[in-house]
Amino acid sequence: MRVPLSWLREYVDLPATETGRDVQAKLISAGLEVETVEQLGADLKGPLVVGQVLTIEELEGFKKPIRFCTVDVGRANGTGEPQEIVCGARNFSVGDKVVVVLPGAVLPGGFEIAARKTYGKVSHGMICSSDELGMGDDGTKGIIVLPPETEVGRDAIELLELVDEVLDIAVTPDRGYCLSIRGVAREAAIAYGLPLRDPALLDVPAPNAFGYPVRIADPMGCDRFTARTVTGLSPEARSPIWLQRRLQKVGMRPISLAVDVTNYVMMELGQPLHAYDRNLVQGAIGVRRAEPGEKITTLDGVTRTLDAEDLVITDERGPIGLAGVMGGANTEIADHDSPDAATTDVVIEAAHFDAVSIARTARRHKLSSEASRRFERGVDPQAAAAAAQRTVDLLVLLAGGTAEAGVTEVIAPSAPRTITIPADHPDKVAGVAYGRETVVRRLQEIGCDVYGQDELIVTVPSWRPDLTDPNDLAEEVIRLEGYENLPSTLPKPPAGRGLTRRQRLHRRVGRALAGAGYVEAPNYPFVSEQVFDQLGLAADDPLRRVVKLVNPLSDEEPALRTSLLPGLLGALRRNDGRGSHDLALFETGLVFHPRQEQRAAVRLPVDRRPTDEELAGLNAALPDQPRHVAVVLAGAREQAGWWGKGRPADWADAVEAARTVAREAGAELIVRKGQYGPWHPGRCAELAVAVDGTERVVGHAGELHPRVLKALGLPARTCAMELDLDAVERSGDALPQAPGISAFPVATQDVALVVDAFVPAADVEAALREGAGVLLESIRLFDVYENADQLGEGRKSLAYALRFRAADRTLTVDEASAARDAAVALAGERTGAELRS
Amino acid sequence: MSAPNKSYDPVEVEALKPEEIERMRDEALAAFAAADSLDALHEAKVAHTGPASPLALANREIGALPPHAKAEAGKRVGMARGAVNKALAARQEELEAERDARVLVEEAVDVTLPYDRVPAGARHPLTTLSERIEDIFVAMGYEVAEGPEAEAEWFNFDALNIGPDHPARGEADTFFVAGPDGTAESGVVLRTHTSPVQIRSALDRELPVYVICPGRVYRTDELDATHTPVFHQVELLAVDEGLTMADLKGTLDHMVQSLFGEGMKTRLRPNFFPFTEPSAEMDMLCYVCKGESVGNPDRPCRTCSSEGWIELGGCGMVNPRVLTACGVDPEKYSGFAFGFGIERMLMFRHNVEDMRDMVEGDVRFTRPFGMEI
Repeated sequence: MRVPLSWLREYVDLPATETGRDVQAKLISAGLEVETVEQLGADLKGPLVVGQVLTIEELEGFKKPIRFCTVDVGRANGTGEPQEIVCGARNFSVGDKVVVVLPGAVLPGGFEIAARKTYGKVSHGMICSSDELGMGDDGTKGIIVLPPETEVGRDAIELLELVDEVLDIAVTPDRGYCLSIRGVAREAAIAYGLPLRDPALLDVPAPNAFGYPVRIADPMGCDRFTARTVTGLSPEARSPIWLQRRLQKVGMRPISLAVDVTNYVMMELGQPLHAYDRNLVQGAIGVRRAEPGEKITTLDGVTRTLDAEDLVITDERGPIGLAGVMGGANTEIADHDSPDAATTDVVIEAAHFDAVSIARTARRHKLSSEASRRFERGVDPQAAAAAAQRTVDLLVLLAGGTAEAGVTEVIAPSAPRTITIPADHPDKVAGVAYGRETVVRRLQEIGCDVYGQDELIVTVPSWRPDLTDPNDLAEEVIRLEGYENLPSTLPKPPAGRGLTRRQRLHRRVGRALAGAGYVEAPNYPFVSEQVFDQLGLAADDPLRRVVKLVNPLSDEEPALRTSLLPGLLGALRRNDGRGSHDLALFETGLVFHPRQEQRAAVRLPVDRRPTDEELAGLNAALPDQPRHVAVVLAGAREQAGWWGKGRPADWADAVEAARTVAREAGAELIVRKGQYGPWHPGRCAELAVAVDGTERVVGHAGELHPRVLKALGLPARTCAMELDLDAVERSGDALPQAPGISAFPVATQDVALVVDAFVPAADVEAALREGAGVLLESIRLFDVYENADQLGEGRKSLAYALRFRAADRTLTVDEASAARDAAVALAGERTGAELRS
Repeated sequence: MSAPNKSYDPVEVEALKPEEIERMRDEALAAFAAADSLDALHEAKVAHTGPASPLALANREIGALPPHAKAEAGKRVGMARGAVNKALAARQEELEAERDARVLVEEAVDVTLPYDRVPAGARHPLTTLSERIEDIFVAMGYEVAEGPEAEAEWFNFDALNIGPDHPARGEADTFFVAGPDGTAESGVVLRTHTSPVQIRSALDRELPVYVICPGRVYRTDELDATHTPVFHQVELLAVDEGLTMADLKGTLDHMVQSLFGEGMKTRLRPNFFPFTEPSAEMDMLCYVCKGESVGNPDRPCRTCSSEGWIELGGCGMVNPRVLTACGVDPEKYSGFAFGFGIERMLMFRHNVEDMRDMVEGDVRFTRPFGMEI
């Protein structure tokens, strides 16, 4: 809502010294979001005067038509001689009154005016358009032509009210009354402690039986309809300058007198109005719900198919307006430019419609108008009659019309709303002792009637439909007493239990991976379904079952991720493309899996706590959303440098990242050879953990499949790992147990075992561990060796360091050797391992 | 100990004369002093203290002396050998020190060589800033609450007093999850704020409830320099007996002091949200200029555009209707809540100029933030 300060001052006697910025500060602390204060004409300097065009000479031979004019500006130029001016506009003729800027003046934007040579003539000033004067668009696309009665030589800065300040207020949905000068003036009056001259306090004639007939079929949708008729409007009448200027300042374009007047009254009082050409309305005006499929062409020229919930204004033929949103083309009042068809008689509608109904219609037809914005937020129903009267008065005054005596007023009965609150309720909400007297005074200031002592019975004013609950009244008191005056106290929460295990693990995993050189790269969860083909997933892979969005940002990516890899690989590719080639990235985040059996989440009641069954039903309708962790790697894992060679990232780094995560979770990770879509079939580890005693595959790691790298445009040898972090967490819930530390000496035995190349090292190690028995303290694989000449084709040598120690004695060489031999024997039995000679 | 010399030999007795022993001692001392390397010293050591050295031989003669002469000769030889050994040890130490000094110089390195063998990793600043804020409240006794990102409309809207006709429920702001038939009738959306976690907390937890709810949220904005469709919020909910707006204000003040230092404070401005009543917009004092740039064109402040205050987010007293929907008796309990975007705070706290830098995962952006901020 744009509020010119000059207009505001009409209803509140703000101190003359108060600037727009001062008023802004006061209104902000009262709770109005005054975003800007526009300084109109701040850098404007005269002379800017009214002139009358005396002669026009058309100059030939230029790219566009140019006029050389002489203009009478009275004594304003000091000489009284006609002013010679070159002008490119054509919407004026000899005798017209125009706005002339003389040399020495400065126009908005610091545009200095001087006599200058142009098109072979000297131009002593300019004939101005509204744009050049910073007035906003007047729709003419030419210079301003003033009414013929305007006095020549008069100062146009004052005439056109070019200097003003305009407050721009973002009105919150609860304060519909502030979509009017009247409402903002009320807030300003309270903020300054000054009286308000309420423009809605007008003498209104009593309704009678001979007004324009109105039939309301839906009193819930329309609880009030005032109709007034004005006849004999002069087709030549135009909106006076002051009215046009006020409309421009609030951001509206002057159109025609009747339309301008209804807009003006809407801005002044907040009541949307509509003027029908009475000669185009056939029979009684009605208000009803539309027939499904019924059609109307609205004023914007769009033909709309109506919904059974849309509220329409009708005459005998059918809909003539979309109630509270936009009028129909078939009863539009005609412009004065076509005098034959010009409207001379109008019916004025000032009605009150149901906010929800209007909001739905506006949204359904994607048609938000000044009227619908106001009805959605709540219009003062009691102001309808005054608004109709004000419109009638202005049409009589400005268009020479005659007000007909008939006054129609259809009102559905309603009682004023009251709210009962303890007198100290605002005190309890704020934590401040305001006292009863302050509470009552503040409520009265906003227009409430207040009765009672300890219990206050508060009748809220008609323009405040937002006041429904005790806390609404508390807010009014607290905001007027000043949010800035609230004290600062701290509540005392009970002792908390800190982060949960899941939360601590989430943080630890992030720290551990970052500590290992990975950079966190969180990605959007939106994916295309083609990415599953690019990742080489089988046609029946469960990851292809996705949750889809109805309104995705991009139709290319309508699904939610079932894996972190598409996003993370995208980040890797982006970094690589930007010149960072040695990359290790990680992400933790939710993935989304549809439930096997999909059902809708119902709307539960809000006037009570839903039952546990109802809540369980809602949760069962949500997708499964486990938290995953993933890493991707490319380029060098270790850089080359003065210390020696670098090392490319490889499958083992990806597997190690999984081990890092499992270690943080205290989970025992089972790593075995796997084969799964995105990964290189020979370089893929399947990762599993035991959850509640059952082994469960929770992810994969390794080098990606060359086909996947090609399809996604990734660097060669890109590696990746992804784990279901929630499953890993559930696996590792045991408390770590302290080992017994023996101070007796260690006995070390190395063994080199030769096995078939396909035998997993993990199996050999497991057998060695088991065979070595309790004396084994640790085992470490320190070399892997393949050499066909020495070992034979398809064989490999695994070299292990075994460390033995007893808790209670120094081991003898024989004891350690016996344990080693037992280990080797079991490895031989299980894996065919032979001691390398 | 060498065996006693049984035969009497006048020549060897000559060797035990005092002047002879002094000579042997002096020759040894001179040889040690002359040794200029550990190797030379070793040679001198063998020559003058070894088993074939004159002093060792002299010592062996003592046993052959008549008993009355043994004591005196023994004392003489012993003193000489003591002096020789002491000199040897001293010279040994001297030469070793010289050698060590030389070797350590030779082993010197350029300690300024860079070492970026495995470049450091980093956590994303949105993660670490969120954790920083969580920790402030965890220290006060709050607990961290989490919830699903694909959320039932009832949790995301209805329970928060956002009725079916509220504009925020339109497709202009909210991502709707498709039902099995592809329509929006699934009743599930991508949560537009972390407030549904507040509802879940109020439903699930025993009163009083003090929780902080961080997380990812979604709105249908296109990505540009100042908007992202996926962003992060931290919200807080406190429900207890007798909570007031003053408690809300104090809690906010404490948070900005913890994050931005002593002397920081917040300002509340009336606003409207369906889930709080009264509602307020919260600003914090500009932590850079502390408000001193206001009306002071000589000292403009980029962080707050010389406004003196930085907009943080929304807050208010939990609307009693929301408490009712959670089964909390609004006659007995009251609550306060606030929420704000982490992206915005990261932008003004760390001078991030473009929202896209925070979402593209460029390692050059994230690395400088390290492990914590």
